[in-house]
Amino acid sequence: MTMISLNKETLKIGTEQDVILFRQRLKEYATKIGMSLLNQTKLITASSELVRNILVYAKKGEVLIEVVSDRLQTGIRVTFKDQGPGIADVQKALQDGYSTGKSLGLGLPGAKRLVNFFDIQSTPGHGTTVTIIRWKR
Amino acid sequence: MASKTSDILNKRKKLVLETWINNQLQDPTLREDLMTNQELHGQSEELLDSFNQAIRSGNYTDIDSQEYYPVLDILNSLSVTRAHAGFSPRETATFVLSLKRAIVEVLQQELAQDQALLISEILKISDLLDSLSISTLEAFIKGREEVILRQTNEINEISTPVIRVWEGILALPIIGTLDSERTQIIMENLLQEIVNTSSNIAILDISGVPTVDTLVAQHLIKTVSAARLMGAECIISGIRPEIAQTIVHLGIDLLGVQTKASLAAALQTAFSRQQLSVVKAKAKP
Repeated sequence: MTMISLNKETLKIGTEQDVILFRQRLKEYATKIGMSLLNQTKLITASSELVRNILVYAKKGEVLIEVVSDRLQTGIRVTFKDQGPGIADVQKALQDGYSTGKSLGLGLPGAKRLVNFFDIQSTPGHGTTVTIIRWKR
Repeated sequence: MASKTSDILNKRKKLVLETWINNQLQDPTLREDLMTNQELHGQSEELLDSFNQAIRSGNYTDIDSQEYYPVLDILNSLSVTRAHAGFSPRETATFVLSLKRAIVEVLQQELAQDQALLISEILKISDLLDSLSISTLEAFIKGREEVILRQTNEINEISTPVIRVWEGILALPIIGTLDSERTQIIMENLLQEIVNTSSNIAILDISGVPTVDTLVAQHLIKTVSAARLMGAECIISGIRPEIAQTIVHLGIDLLGVQTKASLAAALQTAFSRQQLSVVKAKAKP
């Protein structure tokens, strides 16, 4: 399945304010392609979790927002990239209630449940890249 | 090196000033609503005088040097005032750029016989005024940033009110993003108000919170637990349909917390807890 990227934008993440700006940009893109309110909320909430992880664990990173299409459907792909400490056990991190920090431990598994496609690549000591896609409907 | 332009400006100051002001007045973007002709005249003359003073030194290139301090001072304070008054960047930059045209016009008349000198003077003046207008814009943006900062502070101050809706019942409309800092303020305000009013029910309304992720949920749960320790029960209201579904998918457990779709429903619950009921007044016969 080939996927074409129609429109993209990279944002730097380093402060709490960047998160707010990022969510607003994401909402603009989602509204532009006509995504339903429910799917918008799911996409934004999942992205919010992932971008929060960047801030908490890696301190800074960058996010790529893309409008993608595979001919059958249109959606938004968001790629979260950081050069932080990485995740030692990805499988464990994807379990409900597991957290190395002080959070609820629902961020990663919850984000996975909120989107159509979820991929996580992490190398301890080198950083983490998470890619998600939420289709328009 | 003495400056030819400076000599001419000295001699023909009145003409330059007139041309310049006419240029500005003809500009369709001039904001007559934001300032009077008299102010415009005053600002223009002040700037022209200090500009002339500065170029008399023969220095046309380095606007960071001492000669230009007064010019930059005037421009900075002018840009900041204009930014605060609501001028657009274009309107502010036009002020300096239109001076260029006025000077060039006068130079053309005065140096008509010496084309080479005319061109070299125009080039120098043009570069100089360009860099002055850039620094005007920089100051303008700084002025805008001050406005934004002030507004941010204002929003933070007014955004977390605790309202006493009835005896024993507090309501707390939360608007905007719930980060750790704001949660802290909200929690402090709420707990203090619970003590002050000896309330035992608090309604947290999240209609105005755009995104409820696990962090926001965690903050809410903490606030509810803290209030509970002080003997007050919390009701979270304003949960929109899409937020409800998202919370379920995230797997957040809000079972221990009373939640309602609307503030009205929450208020009703609060009333019945207090054994109060709202009845329609009997119509007068």
